[in-house]
Amino acid sequence: MAEQFAALVIVVPLIASLFVPLIGWWKKELCYPWVVAVLVVPLISSLGVLNTVMTTGKFSYRLGGWAPPWGIEYMLDHLSAFVLVIVSFISLIVAIYAKKSVEDELPEKTVPFYTLFLLLVTGLLGIVITGDVFNLFVFLEISALSCYALIAIGEEGAPIAAFNYIIIGTIGACFYLLGVGYLYIATGSLNMADLANILPDLYHSKVILIAFAFFTVGVAVKAGLFPLHVWLPDAYCTAPSAVSALIAPLMTKVAAYVMIRVMFTVFQPHFSVDIVPVFAILGWLAVFAIFFGGIKALAQTDLKRMLVYIVVAEVGYIVIGVSVANRMGLTGAVLHIMNDAVMMACLFLVVGAIFYKTGTRDIHQLRYLNKKMPFTMAAFTITALSMVGIPPACGFFSKWYLILGSIEAGQWVWAATLLCSSLINAVLFFRVIECAYFKPMEPAYAHDGGTHEEIQRDEAPLTMLVPIVIMAAGVILLGLFSGNIISSVIQFAVPASF
Amino acid sequence: MDVLYSSRPLWAVLVSMIAAFLILATGERNRNLRESWTILAALAKFLIVFSMIPVILQGKVIEYTIVTFYPGLLLQFRIDAFGMLFGVIASSLWIATSFYSIGYVRGLNEHAQTRYFFAFAMCLSSTIGIAFSANLLTFLVFYEILTIATYPLVIHKESKEGIIGGRKYLVYTLTAGCVLLFAIAMIYHMTGTLDFKAGGFLEGSGSSSVLIMLFAMLIFGFGVKAGLMPMHEWLPTAMVAPTPVSALLHAVAVVKAGVFGCLRVILYVFGPTLLHDLGIWLIMAYIASFTVVVAGFLALGQDHLKRRLAFSTINNLALIVVGAVLLTKSSMTGGIIHMANHAFMKITLFFCAGALHVKMHKDYVSQLDGIGRQMPLTMGAFALAAIGLSGIPPMSGFISKWFLCLGALEANQIIFLFVFLTSAMLDVAFFFPIIYNSFFKKPMDDVATHFDEAPMLMVIPLVITALFTIIFGIVPDAFFRFFSITSLAVQNIMGVG
Amino acid sequence: MLEYIISKYNFWIYVILMMIGLYAMMGKRNFVKKLIGMNIFQSAIILFFVSTGVKAGATVPILSGHGHGHGHELIEVAKYINPLPHVLMLTAIVVSIATTGVALAVLILIYRRYNTLEEDEILKIRKDTGV
Repeated sequence: MAEQFAALVIVVPLIASLFVPLIGWWKKELCYPWVVAVLVVPLISSLGVLNTVMTTGKFSYRLGGWAPPWGIEYMLDHLSAFVLVIVSFISLIVAIYAKKSVEDELPEKTVPFYTLFLLLVTGLLGIVITGDVFNLFVFLEISALSCYALIAIGEEGAPIAAFNYIIIGTIGACFYLLGVGYLYIATGSLNMADLANILPDLYHSKVILIAFAFFTVGVAVKAGLFPLHVWLPDAYCTAPSAVSALIAPLMTKVAAYVMIRVMFTVFQPHFSVDIVPVFAILGWLAVFAIFFGGIKALAQTDLKRMLVYIVVAEVGYIVIGVSVANRMGLTGAVLHIMNDAVMMACLFLVVGAIFYKTGTRDIHQLRYLNKKMPFTMAAFTITALSMVGIPPACGFFSKWYLILGSIEAGQWVWAATLLCSSLINAVLFFRVIECAYFKPMEPAYAHDGGTHEEIQRDEAPLTMLVPIVIMAAGVILLGLFSGNIISSVIQFAVPASF
Repeated sequence: MDVLYSSRPLWAVLVSMIAAFLILATGERNRNLRESWTILAALAKFLIVFSMIPVILQGKVIEYTIVTFYPGLLLQFRIDAFGMLFGVIASSLWIATSFYSIGYVRGLNEHAQTRYFFAFAMCLSSTIGIAFSANLLTFLVFYEILTIATYPLVIHKESKEGIIGGRKYLVYTLTAGCVLLFAIAMIYHMTGTLDFKAGGFLEGSGSSSVLIMLFAMLIFGFGVKAGLMPMHEWLPTAMVAPTPVSALLHAVAVVKAGVFGCLRVILYVFGPTLLHDLGIWLIMAYIASFTVVVAGFLALGQDHLKRRLAFSTINNLALIVVGAVLLTKSSMTGGIIHMANHAFMKITLFFCAGALHVKMHKDYVSQLDGIGRQMPLTMGAFALAAIGLSGIPPMSGFISKWFLCLGALEANQIIFLFVFLTSAMLDVAFFFPIIYNSFFKKPMDDVATHFDEAPMLMVIPLVITALFTIIFGIVPDAFFRFFSITSLAVQNIMGVG
Repeated sequence: MLEYIISKYNFWIYVILMMIGLYAMMGKRNFVKKLIGMNIFQSAIILFFVSTGVKAGATVPILSGHGHGHGHELIEVAKYINPLPHVLMLTAIVVSIATTGVALAVLILIYRRYNTLEEDEILKIRKDTGV
């Protein structure tokens, strides 16, 4: 049964996406329920996969029955099952949310939107599930292509941002492909498990080193790691709300997943840590990413643009966790993939809801928003606190493990960076909270206990509010249950040699 | 040590958190219902906490584990004598403050009352969490929640001043939180455990320079909330908050949480032996003494009544730290019991300041001439508490000062005896003019000469807390068994050291 | 040295092509030129892959007359070039064409909005309109 689950994860959204135009051609309104219904399948399947992995350990699925290393193999271990659940869950939530936002922002393009949406999700899921480095490239491009198109239908300036993204994203993908090519020359295999067996004998070969370098750069471009992030802010910011809410939490996280995969599955930790000094470089780049993202975010008054720069900073978190290359750090990194995906999704959903209701994203115009949209703002506040690292929200725990990892590795500056980033986040988010909740009232209103003109409650529609509330609840729950998640999944996802 | 596993600590924390959400759900529509949640939660919380005192006095500890994150890393409550003391202080005074708050916000017809009561309940929840936490991680979790829950209260007025005060508060406390996070992560890295242990658990876990650095970081982290100089700046600024907030939070819960944290670090993380070996106790005592004296002098210069009280708070908190860090039996007893005594006295003083504000809209010391004739109960309570803080018998302040002075002698550090005495003199110097002016000077024009008190909802709590300061002076072990609990805590600590 | 360069000429050619493509993507201010650069870049990689499958003196990997059970004679691997990189590149070509397609569509969108494909002019227009 579990084998079938693995296939369903990819096949269902892929085929369903082809039906969206047909359904849209017949009845436009049916696209939305179709997409939501379809996306339930990957979620259930990936939960099934995770369950199987947790009970019986990792397994693989041979696509078309071809035996590896010739055929394409889906590799399902704790790490991929875990990320699969995250990706499918968040894409379902965003799909539920998308209805009103798309009707509002892209009234004439709902059908293409949903088609591409499903394709993008397929690509992301495929990247995670596949155990074949070339297949990974294909899925990378499927997700990237649909992502380019989705961004291009955004607001003013979106096509240019999308075009820049196409250029840089393609360079990244090509670098990745070159890495695959070199690996293939040296080993004659494309299967990850097979490569992991062959490679240790070749670790000192220059070809392998070059392949590794190409992989690293390619993935870093896709992950938007400083200084290769230049495409990211404009692209994510100008995309339609529903699109940003999908790609901001997932694209960079999935790229980070690929980084972990390549560095710790295809190449053994021994290679990535001892033979190539790559982590020293990546870690320091991550430090710059965190500061750069934070400081740029401080300069923004557009809420979404601020969040986009925070995405850049958050990538740094995960990369630091990978770079310290010990159990604690990697636990933090994997945990942060989940936490950050949930937090970012929640924040972008909230921004979308605010934009839907008020038509603005300027943080200085959010006044009294706590009265207008109490639930949305409550969700925002909870997530913001989590970003700052206030326990028991989930952001605290990933930060905790990341800091522990940095301490263990003796990287004091990295630990200090993580702490500073909390403070930068505090400034960023409390600035918004202050504007939304506590903007000084005019003296005339100061002490009359709510008798001045009542601000009408004007909450976002239910299809938007429910996803937001779910995500906000997730922020707290994932924090409280982070212990269970680590002990049942993540500790097996971290390479055993640590 | 006997361990009793019970979920009571969890309920003590949860009850006000649940109440907070009920308050939020009830909202402005039904104020009486909303306020009754507060009162109910306060009473329930107190009863739960109170019911655990006998167990603690038997020498047992009560334990409850919420979740385990990682081996040695868990959210856990463990109530020992010291935590119990703080829990009792906070929960008992919350009842008084709840009544008082209702009188206060209704008296002033404040805006955003729902938010106010919500945040208040959350604060108390986290304060009890801090009191009962079994390890540094749990402590940090509730400490950070407390930081955030207090923020809406500090900023309550939503005036420019309030917002700036709020920002300052956040900058100080969140920075402290980060430093704490790092220090705690370090400790976990070094020892693999974070559990408080009477007499400390860090001995022999690292080189002395690392331990000294950790000590400095932890004391910095907790000292910010405790208002230790030079990290005290936020406290007077935060006095823009409504008075009950200042009263409970800035005299009892928040700053006491800071001091509680300092004492936990000194006595339960590092422990007397280690501090002696490292030789930092004396430096710490000097730093805290400096705060005692300087805050006293600064208080003299304040005309704003609440700011004066704020500096007095800083002064007294530092006294507690000095007491603990002198590391003798008597000084610890004095320091720990002063947490209780100071709480009751300071809350009375703040209550009085609030009553004056609501009734007369007077905030400055210089406006108080002759006001004792109009508001004899308020000013009488004020006088009692002020006398107590100055350490004059038979008030409770005397007991703590007595033990502190004894402790200084035991430690053979006569200089601290002078510090304590100077502090007492300064207390006299900045409180007695207020008492004198309000009772014996010619009333100002806007002061009525007949009896005209603040709302009874405010006056009754402050009279009760004032009475307690006398009772604790005469029978230190009355009702809440503060003295027994304190002795037990000191015994535990010294028993190991 | 010359020997070395010539013996690995396929690598040199792909690197040169790739650099040309990279230069066009980075250095040119016209969007179409950037796009062409991207295509050159991708083609370079495709060439690289295809060239890795080549063996001197080998032929296309089509086995004639060996079907249906009576092909028991030994297949000499060295006689046939490696087909796998070529197959992979079929996929990569599809990907690259799709990318070009999306990019062209985006360019049409840009052209409709700004009436130009020169980056400098677009930046100027956006600056003037205050976006």
